[in-house]
Amino acid sequence: MSVIKIKRFNPEKRKDSYFQEFNVDLKPGTTLLDALNEIKWEQDGSLTYRMSCRSAICGSCGVKANGHATLACQKQAENLLDKNDVITVEPLGNMPVIKDLVTDFKQFWEKVDQVKPFLKNEQAPPEKERNQSPEQFKLIDDSSTCIMCGACYSDCNVLEVDDKFLGPAALAKAQRFVGDSRDEDTLERVKELSEPGGIWDCTHCGECVERCPKPAQPFYRIKEIMTVALEKGVHNNNGARHALSFTKSIKNSGLLNENTLPVESMGFTNIKGLLELVPVGLRMLLKGKVPPIIHKPCDELNDVKRIFKELDQ
Amino acid sequence: MKFALYTGCVARGATKELMISTMKAARDLGIDFVEMKSAACCGAGVLSEQSPILADALNARTIAQAAKQDLDMITICSTCQGNLKKSECKLDSDAEYRDKINYVLKDGGHQYVSGKTKIKHFANILAAPEGLKLLKEKLKRPLTGLKVAAFYGCYVLRPSELSDFEDPDNPTGLEDIFSALGATPVFYDGRTKCCGFPIVMMNKEASHKMAGNALVDAIESGADVVVTGCPLCHLSLDSYQPEIDQLRQKGYSIPILHLPQLVALALGHSPRELDMHKHIVSVKELEAKLS
Repeated sequence: MSVIKIKRFNPEKRKDSYFQEFNVDLKPGTTLLDALNEIKWEQDGSLTYRMSCRSAICGSCGVKANGHATLACQKQAENLLDKNDVITVEPLGNMPVIKDLVTDFKQFWEKVDQVKPFLKNEQAPPEKERNQSPEQFKLIDDSSTCIMCGACYSDCNVLEVDDKFLGPAALAKAQRFVGDSRDEDTLERVKELSEPGGIWDCTHCGECVERCPKPAQPFYRIKEIMTVALEKGVHNNNGARHALSFTKSIKNSGLLNENTLPVESMGFTNIKGLLELVPVGLRMLLKGKVPPIIHKPCDELNDVKRIFKELDQ
Repeated sequence: MKFALYTGCVARGATKELMISTMKAARDLGIDFVEMKSAACCGAGVLSEQSPILADALNARTIAQAAKQDLDMITICSTCQGNLKKSECKLDSDAEYRDKINYVLKDGGHQYVSGKTKIKHFANILAAPEGLKLLKEKLKRPLTGLKVAAFYGCYVLRPSELSDFEDPDNPTGLEDIFSALGATPVFYDGRTKCCGFPIVMMNKEASHKMAGNALVDAIESGADVVVTGCPLCHLSLDSYQPEIDQLRQKGYSIPILHLPQLVALALGHSPRELDMHKHIVSVKELEAKLS
């Protein structure tokens, strides 16, 4: 017998959440969702969770298993057992819990709405449909696979500390339209997505890539939006200036210039931002923990410059 | 053991103590590191925001340089490791893309050949069975009683298919190293999370909260010191530590060491030899514990 330890919460009966353990005989091939169903159907009918398709298509059964978001129907229970033969199941993170494993997706959907998840094209429709070539579709193929399960949102490291961040799911959805050859609003979209709480607040932690059950993999989609924003000249923010300064530094020396990067990222006219750099700069200076004042390039710099030139940068 | 050492930019700049301690630890362990002086920056996941192909081309060039010397590569920065591996994966999985990049590299005398050079973080060499055996053999000052909390750095863990740690959601490589050095590893939830450094210029408050949550978790789990394999995490956790509200409110502070510093300490080097006095958070209490 294995143990499924489930975080229970029912505000109608008890204010706080608590863990309850259920013994389940996990047969080979049993998914985590099968195990939850067995508990609900055989042991405790009050256990509450969402489910529908059982095939990783509907995105309903997202939960945390052993601390990480996953679709319950997509994981073999046996593979989740820890060394004590226990699986710990909790509701998704970064959302309020309604009951047991059911969370409130309200803010999640509001953020998806915020990125205007619909095609914007003012041209009169053609007789049949607006065609795309296979190459054009390839640019939005991955983001189109998102099933809105909330796994990425649950484990996003930025959302844990800042609920103003749009989050990986909404940004992946945004890429679905930023990258769409039929959409006419690309510039306006990337301008809005470059505002605080948008693409540049992503911390590159990769949790969303790891938790995504589909090829949508939001972090990579966020980077695609960044590339478009930079191409379209949306440079008036710290994130874009940071990327431009970084690239310039490698182009000039092959390496990162740590002295110029913070100042150029903040922007020379951003007095408040520049002042924010002073305490950490002073602390490091006083400890002698500073990069060399004269930035030394890598050897064979000409070859690096040649590569930049050949790739039109 | 001989490797091409990819230092990364930060170990040559703001965290020179990482480079110093790496070279001392390697020498004591009998590992020969050949510094890759003509390698370019890995792009840190930032260059690829502007031009993915440029980042991959420079990384292909770097890997090809190690291959030319018939050496596997060692990184000492989680961010470099992750970004080099990402480029390697893209090059290996798409022959057309690889040919396109090799065409650009050709005039510089470099060619990327799949599978010729392995890219490993120093931690993964030390955490392998031979590495742990070597550490135990060369140990001069067992770190008995020292409670050490690992901070891995996102890029060596995620995406998991590019990670060298056996279970990237629950890795034990760094903790295995601490045990081999005689220290007591401290396990805590925050050890695999993000330090917040990539957004310190864009959303400082969120960045510091991320670092703060991890450090409070480590401290309240009983750690004397936090050890990381990423110099960017070190900057976030050490250089910015006095600005982190969660720690200030609780009156907490904790020293942050680079992994090679901890290793070199256990191999007999003094904190001063390893430039630990250059850290922002004082290591005096740590020194007292060691003596």
